[in-house]
Amino acid sequence: MSNRLRALYLGLATITTLVTPAFAVDLTVSCRCVEGGANSNDAIFIKTKLIPAFTEKMKAEGKEVNVTLNEFGGTDEQYTQQLALDFSTGAGSDVSGFDGFLVPSFVEGGLLKPLEEVAGPEVNSWEGWSHISDGIKALLSYQGKPYGIAKGTDVRMIFTRKDLLEKAGLPADWQPANWAEILDAARKLKASGVEFPLQLNAGVAMGEATTMQGYWMALLGTGEQVTDENGKFIVSSQGILDTLNLYKTIYVDEGLGDQRAQLLADGRNQSFANFRDGKTALLVEGDYFWRSVTRPDAEFGLPNRDEVVGWAKMPAQEPGKGLRGQDFVTISGGTGFVLNPATKNPAEAWALLAYMNSVEMLDEFQKIQPAIRARDDVAIPNSEFLTTTSQTLLPLTTARPNDANYNKVSAEIQRMTESVVSGELSPEDAMAQYKTSVIAIIGEDNTVSKL
Amino acid sequence: MKQFSLLSRRVAALFLAPGAILVGLFILLPFFWVIFVSFTNRTLLGRTALNPEFVGLQNYVRLFDPATFFTRGQFGSSLIITTEFVLLSALVGQALLGLLLAWLMQAIRPGLKRFVEAMVIGAWILPEVVIGFAWFAFLDYDNGTLNMIMRGLGLPPGDFLLQQPFWVIVIFNTWRGAAFSMMLFNSAFASIPPSYFQAADVAGASSWQKFRDIALPLIRGHVVTDLILITMWTFNVFTPFLLTHGGPAYRTELLSIYNYRVAFRDFEFGKGAAVGVIIMLINLVLALIYLSIGRRKSKAEKEAAT
Repeated sequence: MSNRLRALYLGLATITTLVTPAFAVDLTVSCRCVEGGANSNDAIFIKTKLIPAFTEKMKAEGKEVNVTLNEFGGTDEQYTQQLALDFSTGAGSDVSGFDGFLVPSFVEGGLLKPLEEVAGPEVNSWEGWSHISDGIKALLSYQGKPYGIAKGTDVRMIFTRKDLLEKAGLPADWQPANWAEILDAARKLKASGVEFPLQLNAGVAMGEATTMQGYWMALLGTGEQVTDENGKFIVSSQGILDTLNLYKTIYVDEGLGDQRAQLLADGRNQSFANFRDGKTALLVEGDYFWRSVTRPDAEFGLPNRDEVVGWAKMPAQEPGKGLRGQDFVTISGGTGFVLNPATKNPAEAWALLAYMNSVEMLDEFQKIQPAIRARDDVAIPNSEFLTTTSQTLLPLTTARPNDANYNKVSAEIQRMTESVVSGELSPEDAMAQYKTSVIAIIGEDNTVSKL
Repeated sequence: MKQFSLLSRRVAALFLAPGAILVGLFILLPFFWVIFVSFTNRTLLGRTALNPEFVGLQNYVRLFDPATFFTRGQFGSSLIITTEFVLLSALVGQALLGLLLAWLMQAIRPGLKRFVEAMVIGAWILPEVVIGFAWFAFLDYDNGTLNMIMRGLGLPPGDFLLQQPFWVIVIFNTWRGAAFSMMLFNSAFASIPPSYFQAADVAGASSWQKFRDIALPLIRGHVVTDLILITMWTFNVFTPFLLTHGGPAYRTELLSIYNYRVAFRDFEFGKGAAVGVIIMLINLVLALIYLSIGRRKSKAEKEAAT
């Protein structure tokens, strides 16, 4: 069957190659990126560098291509929704931006196909693979097969406002050693007039940002993960309880964080605005926050970012109590681009994806937005922030389980945190509800209780 | 009795066929498909997308599981919220306000009457998305019009969408739908012969007495029709989603929004279909209750007349 498919695709590819001189091939790319909005630099890179260069390159090879970028302006959750519905009906862009953690559930649902199945065996002979580490390749892979190419990876930390820390009598290079020190600093900041000193993401509206930037960052500090060593989802444990109690302290008991930002539909932007406006001094976020959100020219940018924005490692609950006995914790994910299995022009779509990840193009991308790229032959930009954070945090990092059930459980985690942060349920009741819901969704066999 | 017909039965069937095929394809087939899917664990993502299993009544049993039924964000809690929403915003809000407006407008000058009507109908004919955003902009905490007025008057601003989300959607839906009831009652009142009221005026009846003893009994049929329609519309309304997204913490998650979340955010098609089937059954029961009331009434009227 897959051989026949491959033959069909090869045949199709040959036909399209023969026919294309007469008919231009239309290709679409989509990502959650809008020039002047979210992930603005991705949109700028694709529109001003990638598309013209790719069109030129294909023309030189005798192929006429028209590439358009669909700029998706909604939230991450809405983008996921769009992708799922598009792919299930054979619609959607040929090359689509994709968050790696969704790969398993999309693959199991038959909505994604391995790159070589979509575009043929030439995928495996791409020169770039030898320059991408297995860890980064795995970000958009499932059961050993790549479904797309990752842009790179990221790390998470506490972003700080150095000016506000100093005003509150704390050192500008403040580094907490445990949760209690974070809370103490938040109390001091609050006393010095910072309205919502500490923000740790929670709630349904923020989607995966809640799970990644909030819940995981706290939970890892208790030495636990979402799944145990056998890959079973933990539905009740002391770690979950401690994490929920941390949320309760921040949002319900002491009002150290902006509860509204966790409940409102556009709360993540509200949390960015708070940080920009000096209403929040400590915000747990990914390096995306530095690269994209606080850039001086961005919507929530700080003109003097390099002077006032600092960062600290997220400490474990107590030193040595974190995952693998670590003192500090962080977690990584990765986004990239996948090929739509329903693409009508698989060969050109692959050519575009491969060219997007060529050294030449990534060097161009680096000029627009410096980042640590997936390829080892792309120079790391001269950015002190990126170099230090990745050197410090990548050795400490971990990743989400590559499991088709993960995003369903993640949605339940978001609900659990929301019910605590809104003051609706006690941590104990919220965890009990989480346990019931998760068991109902994925079955008791896939879960484990530690209390 | 021979029926007069323009066409032979066969030709008629031929002409009907395209319409019947379309109805079958786009209404009947999906209808039965939804019922079928509600007995499976079909999802859009994950293993059960490609290999859904037949699970019998499991989806339904889980929806009515007493352990989670009343938990916020679950089916039962959503059902309760919807019932309260229908009672307050449709029956008390729209029907009562519409009746009151219609009655009051019987007494005012035609010019003013037309102006008020135009304003109220304006709320009804605007597209849902437009008014959804208009209300969101009106009620927003930081930059909302209402809070700007409150601050301007030196009053404390209110965080309406987070603190009183349920009342926000009740008032919103009342505002939205009162026009329909008003128009319906207006035309009902207009159908009452003016001589009835003139006779009552001669007898010295007050406005309330005229309303209670003349107008209300004569428009009873219209009241029933109105209640049927607005109850069913309100039961299925989705627009509050634009204001609150069903939140915060599911406090405004009406059944239609719950159904949307289960099916198209969590992508649990089987469970979502089960919710859809239950919503349909509830609508069916509502329609039957109202129809039987209406039938009993017309029967009673017929008997009284003979």
